[in-house]
Amino acid sequence: MRARVGVVTFPGSLDDADAARAVTRAGGEPVPLWHGERDLHGVDAVILPGGFSYGDYLRCGAIARFSPVMTELVPAARAGLPVLGICNGFQILCEAGLLPGALTRNAARRFTCRDVPLRVENANTPWTRHYTAGERIVIPLKSGEGAYVADPGTLAELEAAGQVVVRYENGSPNGSTANIAGICGDPCHVVGLMPHPEHALDELTGPGSDGLGFFASVISVLAAT
Amino acid sequence: MTGPSAASDQDGAGQDGAGQDSASQDGAGQDSASQDSAGQDSVARAAATPQRRQPFDELGLTAAEYERIRQILGRRPTDAELAIYSGMWSEHCSYKSSKVHLRQFAEKAPESAALLAGIGQQAGVVDIGQGYAVTFKIESHNHPSYVEPYQGAATGVGGIVRDILAMGARPVAVMDALRFGPADAPDTRRVLPGVVGGISFYGNCLGLPNIGGELAFDACYAGNPLVNALCVGVMRHGDMKDAAAHGPGNQVILFGSGTGPDGIGGASVLASASFGKKEELTGDGPPAAGGETAGGNGRPSAGSRVAPGPRLAPGPRLAPGSAAKRPSVQVGDPFMEKLLVECCLELYAAGLVSAIQDLGAAGISCAATELAAAGTGGMRVRLDAVPVRDASLGPAAILRSESQERMMAVARPPDVAAFLGVCAKWGVPATVIGEVTGTGRMEMTWHGELIVDMPPGSAADDGPVYHRPMARPADQDALAAADPATLARPGDGPGLRAALLSLLGSPGLADKSWVTEQYDRYVRGNTVLASPQDAGLLRIDEQTHLGVALATDGNGRYCRLDPYAGTQLALAEAYRNVAATGARPLAVTNCLNFGSPEEPAVMWQFAEATAGLADGCAALGVPVTGGNVSFYNQTRGSAIHPTPVVGVLGVHDDVRRRLSIGFGAAGAKILLLGRTRPGELGGSAWAHVMHGHLGGRPPRPDLDAERALAGVLIAAAADGLLAAAHDLSEGGLAVALAESCLSGGVGCRVMLPGASRGQGASRGPGNDLGPGDRFGYLFSESAARAIVAVRPGAEQAFDALADASGLAVQALGATGGDSLLVDGCFEIPLAELAAAQAGPLPALFG
Repeated sequence: MRARVGVVTFPGSLDDADAARAVTRAGGEPVPLWHGERDLHGVDAVILPGGFSYGDYLRCGAIARFSPVMTELVPAARAGLPVLGICNGFQILCEAGLLPGALTRNAARRFTCRDVPLRVENANTPWTRHYTAGERIVIPLKSGEGAYVADPGTLAELEAAGQVVVRYENGSPNGSTANIAGICGDPCHVVGLMPHPEHALDELTGPGSDGLGFFASVISVLAAT
Repeated sequence: MTGPSAASDQDGAGQDGAGQDSASQDGAGQDSASQDSAGQDSVARAAATPQRRQPFDELGLTAAEYERIRQILGRRPTDAELAIYSGMWSEHCSYKSSKVHLRQFAEKAPESAALLAGIGQQAGVVDIGQGYAVTFKIESHNHPSYVEPYQGAATGVGGIVRDILAMGARPVAVMDALRFGPADAPDTRRVLPGVVGGISFYGNCLGLPNIGGELAFDACYAGNPLVNALCVGVMRHGDMKDAAAHGPGNQVILFGSGTGPDGIGGASVLASASFGKKEELTGDGPPAAGGETAGGNGRPSAGSRVAPGPRLAPGPRLAPGSAAKRPSVQVGDPFMEKLLVECCLELYAAGLVSAIQDLGAAGISCAATELAAAGTGGMRVRLDAVPVRDASLGPAAILRSESQERMMAVARPPDVAAFLGVCAKWGVPATVIGEVTGTGRMEMTWHGELIVDMPPGSAADDGPVYHRPMARPADQDALAAADPATLARPGDGPGLRAALLSLLGSPGLADKSWVTEQYDRYVRGNTVLASPQDAGLLRIDEQTHLGVALATDGNGRYCRLDPYAGTQLALAEAYRNVAATGARPLAVTNCLNFGSPEEPAVMWQFAEATAGLADGCAALGVPVTGGNVSFYNQTRGSAIHPTPVVGVLGVHDDVRRRLSIGFGAAGAKILLLGRTRPGELGGSAWAHVMHGHLGGRPPRPDLDAERALAGVLIAAAADGLLAAAHDLSEGGLAVALAESCLSGGVGCRVMLPGASRGQGASRGPGNDLGPGDRFGYLFSESAARAIVAVRPGAEQAFDALADASGLAVQALGATGGDSLLVDGCFEIPLAELAAAQAGPLPALFG
């Protein structure tokens, strides 16, 4: 049976429909999850999509982290549920303590939307199995607060444990530390990405199909278990 | 003393209660002032004090207009009624100066089966087939964007999006046509980054892709930037909503943000406070006239926002202590707007809305009177039930507030509970504030006291109509006589090479990435083409691949030289840009940016431009579905170039077959379609950039040729014959070739027919140029032209198609290499072209 991948809609979520489309294209069944429900509807994995949850008031992801659905998601993620946070979703995962570090204002102090080349550093996470380590992919980045920061100790641990999942090639477009574009937790089933793989499904509406692998990976992993 | 003569007193301060009203210019203060002194004005009080002095001129009304209000009511208006009339009869809402000219858009409109709703609605609705309907509109937010660039531009986006939402559609994309003063002027460094930042902030947070627009610079826009925002929405046939309050007993619900003391009187008078801020900001003196007039062509649109209105008396009048106490530019909350969008769409789907209108200019005054006037005709509203963000707000201030992110809907009594439930789900505050009645009167109460009792149509539909005097500008002949033929032009290769690099490096033609990278073009996942393509292209249906293309174009220089021809050239370019993607043009929207209608020269320009657009639309078979007028774009007597911005929407039957401008592969034959006329350099980018010259005649519009060209591009795209297509406009052939090379990353080798006799096969009446007129060939801006790269193997099929169209076709050369080579003229490596084009904006704006 098809893997059921939940896509959470917070007030202010914007790329939820795109994430659901990506799950469908990759052969999975997207399941809409509502921020106000303490219920994951038995999904096999969850995507926190991009957007401006709760208007990003106070701080990106700071309010979403307290929403009812998160009170279910956090323990489930700690128990092994694969979770992918994209852009605002990555910020929420950091605010929720599921991933270390934080995302801060772009160095240029401007929102930036451009296709960025990335290098896949860790192809062993449930979200990156369809890539090979060192593979170069191009997917869109679109954010105003996408510069990843963490204290030196945390950064050293991330590097040592191979928790840097993707890095910007040819320098960071937003001032991200060590060109970090995405990381995973330990264990590696929770992944946060600043760039948007759901916007790179085909040549028609994106820079190409390089983004599909993130969704195809988790679906094949789930199918195998 | 009679009301009018007394109120014509200019300072109006320190008199009676009403005098204080006029002095304060602050809606909240105004009400509290009159409450403190004389208590709340009411219908009873108005009847009892017929001669009370009223500050109608402070509210932007003339003595004659004020008299007419008294005649309509048979008494003096109450403060609240005066607030309603002053907003609804402002240029902004009433179109009193433009109406007589806008009528021809309907009168001359070509037959179109595609039009489901036209002028008079918030926005036009176009049938694109397969059961889909598309609605789109462009609107100005010029003045507020100068006063406060960031919020001014942001709320401009918010306003046009609510217009589209109010039609029953889901907004799916935005575009922005932006014009600023000289790029290197200090004030442009204040205005441009703020405007772009505001559009980025609001549009991105709202989750709407920004798929294109324009960026232009000219000294005439210093002090009068043009910020025109377009939104397009999609719905199914039959999902269209109207703004007509029918059915006595149906409930009137106000939902969205609370009503605050922001933008009070924006549609009429707070301009003076804005100008005060403007002086502080810029050191500029006060404009002779200022403000924004906007709405749906031929009818006010509640969706058009913030509007410092016409000043009938010159110069600002700042009441003591009131300067900039309240911003006349609202602060936008895109998060609330996003909730409002999703909330409305859920309400529509559940069938809980019987009528709806967005709140914009003139706030509740406009929404309530328009809803009532278009419906059964009667409405009772409890103004004290309106949720306010400032408890000191009185009825007049509430009526005039232009707080953002608000909608007014009419629901059947049994649906109200469900309606409020959906709003609660989305966290959108909603309040029942009144009901539809059969009385034919707009009645409003304040804590039980009747403060408004008027026929709603007298405010919404029966505003004043002026036939303003018109006169051809005195300098028009001298301008036409200043032919660019007299300008020094390069003849040799190095000179032509340098000219092309200068044009590409000019801010108006340079790479726009500094701006467009601040906009999300990917959200919703249906953006097929976006800037810097000729037009934006959206996928509407993922299964059938149906799509819509949109382009906006305008050229103030052409219009200054000849507003009739210039407006047709703007229409033709947008039409051509849409066709260049393979889409079939269907409908037109417009944003008419002009100076003061009180100047006969400006009204002449306006009359010429509107006639040119109406005639052009008839010739091209695309009806005007709606639009917006922005007058008073002038500072201290100097008006902007007349700048009508025209938006064209087309349908694409299969977005997988879209054409883009880039040369993507080597070995494709490059053809020039359309006829190049020698010396069409009047108002050209070359004359502007190289000589700072504006004179002569603009290129000749050739609408028959535009139709033929569009037909060929559409058919060739459908048959998959082309690898690329790019329209020729500013900078002519030279700039178009450079853009196609840079966009696709592949160079080309071309030969100009004039450059070498007997070479370059020409068919049709293509080449009017004398041999050797390389300059004219490269930089002339003759209309109705495009370059195409033909797919290898499709040459014969395309030639047959082009021949059958009677179109002039000129073989230029082929794609390939890593440079732009013009045989016998110059060769420029792509890297050098890219550097020239990429440098300017980052260097200017950081």
